[in-house]
Amino acid sequence: MDSFIAALQFDFMRNALLAGLLVSLAAGIVGVYVVLNRVATLSGGIAHAAYGGVGIAYFFGFDPLLGGMVFSLFAALGMKLVQRRTRQRADTLIGVMWAVGMAVGIIFVDRAPGYKVDLMSFLFGSILAVSPFEIAVIAVLDVIILLTVFALYRNLLSISYDETFATVRGVPVEAISLILTALIALTVVMMMRVVGLILVIALLTLPAAIANLFARDMRQMMILASGLGAFFTLTGLWLSYAYNLTSGAAIILVAAATYLLGLLWKRFIMNRPKIVSAQ
Amino acid sequence: MEISPLISIKNLYAGYENETILQDVNLEMFPADFIGLIGPNGGGKSTLLKVILGLIPPQRGDVRVLDMDVQRGRRFIGYVPQFVDSDRDFPISVWETVSLGLVSGWSPFRRFTKQEKTRIEESLDVVGISNLSRKPMGKLSGGQRQRVFIARALVSDPKLLLLDEPTASIDPNVSQDVYELLERLNSKMAILLITHDMMAVSSYTKTIACLNRKLIYHNGKELTPEMLDSTYGCPVDLIAHGLPHRVLPSHTEHTHG
Repeated sequence: MDSFIAALQFDFMRNALLAGLLVSLAAGIVGVYVVLNRVATLSGGIAHAAYGGVGIAYFFGFDPLLGGMVFSLFAALGMKLVQRRTRQRADTLIGVMWAVGMAVGIIFVDRAPGYKVDLMSFLFGSILAVSPFEIAVIAVLDVIILLTVFALYRNLLSISYDETFATVRGVPVEAISLILTALIALTVVMMMRVVGLILVIALLTLPAAIANLFARDMRQMMILASGLGAFFTLTGLWLSYAYNLTSGAAIILVAAATYLLGLLWKRFIMNRPKIVSAQ
Repeated sequence: MEISPLISIKNLYAGYENETILQDVNLEMFPADFIGLIGPNGGGKSTLLKVILGLIPPQRGDVRVLDMDVQRGRRFIGYVPQFVDSDRDFPISVWETVSLGLVSGWSPFRRFTKQEKTRIEESLDVVGISNLSRKPMGKLSGGQRQRVFIARALVSDPKLLLLDEPTASIDPNVSQDVYELLERLNSKMAILLITHDMMAVSSYTKTIACLNRKLIYHNGKELTPEMLDSTYGCPVDLIAHGLPHRVLPSHTEHTHG
């Protein structure tokens, strides 16, 4: 532990820590919607489609984080619209975008000039190589997410809890679920930079799923999920530093172990929630 | 002065892409009505519900709510959906669930006013669950949950309650309480009750409608053999369940035109 604190004198460790905490905040809040609206697959589709944007950005020499963001934003909104308009087949469509996004990314990377080994970091994350510019982008996104969720809390709760009822009450369900999808897309892309494409879903769902075991309302669930995310990131970073492990994988394993403990705790210590006896 | 109908459905055809389920449905519903809508699965009960709520457009025909098109008129309908058990994990309290009945349109930075909070308390009180206000929804029984949904519908002061199988997953003596509640509410608003429960329609509703692609509605309480034929094709089954009230007419006087 001492050596971990000592490591914080390095810029890259401080950046990693800051990036991890900022991402945890976004993941905790947006993850609550992912879990409650059951759109983990959509998030996976977005993450993989984002790789297409990364590839295109490399090819044209843009910043890959921004490239991935723009691309996955369009991909996600397109996916969501098609899903809402056609109803069935959403799964298939997400699968198609998933594959096409990856393929586009790979082809563009193939054709991109110069050094490309760095792209692997989008698959596995590179929290230790996060730049101050990227931290600034992530911070701005955090502010956008917080403001949106704060402003639209009732609407978001309404469509998450009962979409049909919200529609009947005249809540603009489609517009709000598109906003929600955009938030998920932005979060997914920035998380990709930190924990990597492969582990995005886990960090988006695990803290929120654990929080769901204990929270009494959506606000509590968000706070708890963000806190847990921060804890997992810190612990994972420390483990990866102390035992020379891949940071993304360490973070996820800590989260998964906590989820298991949470389930056991709920099952055996708090007991199953008893049904209040019928009147 | 003639009372104008709350719901007016004329020559409605509706269904899904390749299949028209509702065929030439006509229905007028008035302020004091309490209609029990029965019919077999696949007969179009939920299709009719979706059309009335503006969730699917009619293929042909005209549907109006309070003489407005459905998109505008539906805010006067208090919708009580069927409870899906997977919702149990959603972290939300009884109070907050009921408050969602007040959230309509874009609601940025929405906070509830004092009057709105009072309305929420009143709605909880009307359905008799004020004491559960802080409880998480996941810990309620089926009957209690149904009351919460009724309170959520009531909070927006609807002219009409529309209930979809409200007693589908609760036990019979609890559903009796729910029906008695509806009977009381009927003094203030019209009720359209979609149900499988013959017991309910025979004992509590004022009139009965049968839907099996076509709607049979005589504005009366009697189940005509024609209704039973069209609905279940087997009236004996109905009688065998021992209804507390006589719902079959003594002779077939109704000739439906």
